[in-house]
Amino acid sequence: MTNSDWPLYEVFVRSKRGLNHVHVGSLHAPDDAMALRHARDVYTRRSEGVSIWVVRSDTITASSPGEKDPLFAPSGDKVYRHPTFYDIPDNVPHM
Amino acid sequence: MTAAADEDLAAGFDATIAAGDRIEPRDWMPEGYRKTLVRQIAQHAHSEIIGMQPEGNWITRAPSLRRKAILLAKVQDEAGHGLYLYSACETLGVSRRDLMEQLISGAQKYSSIFNYPTLSYADVGTIGWLVDGAAICNQVPLCRTSYGPYGRAMIRICKEESFHQRQGYELLATMMRGTDEQRAMVQESVDRFWKPALMMFGPPDADSPNTQQSMDWGIKRHTNDELRARFIEMSAPQAAALGVTLPGNDLDWDEFWRIVKGGGPCNAQRIAHRKKAHDDGAWVREAATAYARSPR
Ligand SMILES: [Fe+2]
Ligand SMILES: [Fe+2]
Repeated sequence: MTNSDWPLYEVFVRSKRGLNHVHVGSLHAPDDAMALRHARDVYTRRSEGVSIWVVRSDTITASSPGEKDPLFAPSGDKVYRHPTFYDIPDNVPHM
Repeated sequence: MTAAADEDLAAGFDATIAAGDRIEPRDWMPEGYRKTLVRQIAQHAHSEIIGMQPEGNWITRAPSLRRKAILLAKVQDEAGHGLYLYSACETLGVSRRDLMEQLISGAQKYSSIFNYPTLSYADVGTIGWLVDGAAICNQVPLCRTSYGPYGRAMIRICKEESFHQRQGYELLATMMRGTDEQRAMVQESVDRFWKPALMMFGPPDADSPNTQQSMDWGIKRHTNDELRARFIEMSAPQAAALGVTLPGNDLDWDEFWRIVKGGGPCNAQRIAHRKKAHDDGAWVREAATAYARSPR
């Protein structure tokens, strides 16, 4: 197997305890264990992380790349889901 | 594993907690910590899900399309909150099915507040203002709880709760600008919900034997009585601006325990409804599974 045949992996790094894993980039690797090692070498050389997830890119199901994807249309006209939709007088504290 | 290795793990856990850091799913943790979290997060998740019922009661009878859309959106949010919390709980090695079964069997509890009926439309406003308000008071400090997935779920939930409280208060304020009859409805609703809302913070500190351990573990950040006092203080000026009188703060803890143990006005109805909804939904889950398996 040559490098170009290796599957693509997406890399997620948790920068510190308590925070979510965040997508940082991708890399090719022959298997999961090597992907993890490469991810360590490529993305956490300066202690950027305390935990790494790698996941094969072809296992990710994604929405279409356009920001105007009709998938998101249902939330477009529901302004009442936002707190600022409601008028609360200035003399009402803590709300 | 050797005893020395065990001690190392416990020391690592203690050091993480002492530093105010978060515990993450793959970390070693004491069994008591895990059990306490499962109980608390499950109870919290069940409360979000059962909490949909008292308000859901009014969706078809909302007085306007605007109010109906708002109430639907709020109840929908609560379903989402339940899911965030069930997912956080599952990182501790329990299954969704187990959690569901323990809710139905009564082995795990949910907040006593949802065992009271919603008798008038004003209750929708009162629940948003006081019940979601008390929940927010309880949940804001939990954003810093020591278990990572729980804290992150709470952050998402708190962001969404603000709309819940504000829509409730705005609803009540609208009724207070209406007729004498509407104002009386608001006051009557507040009279029924104020004390049950105060009980949401749990029993007095003296009768809450697990609080100290939970605080030592960084699961809880404040005692029940501290949070209750904070909520009372925040609510007073809000009630004054609204023009309602808050009943006293003397609480009947016998009533609380009776409801926790299943003797509230709606306990049996809430669980029966949850079970029916789950059973009635079985064909949807089966159909989705069959579709996913079918060749396409
Ligand atoms: Fe909620
Ligand atoms: Fe809520």
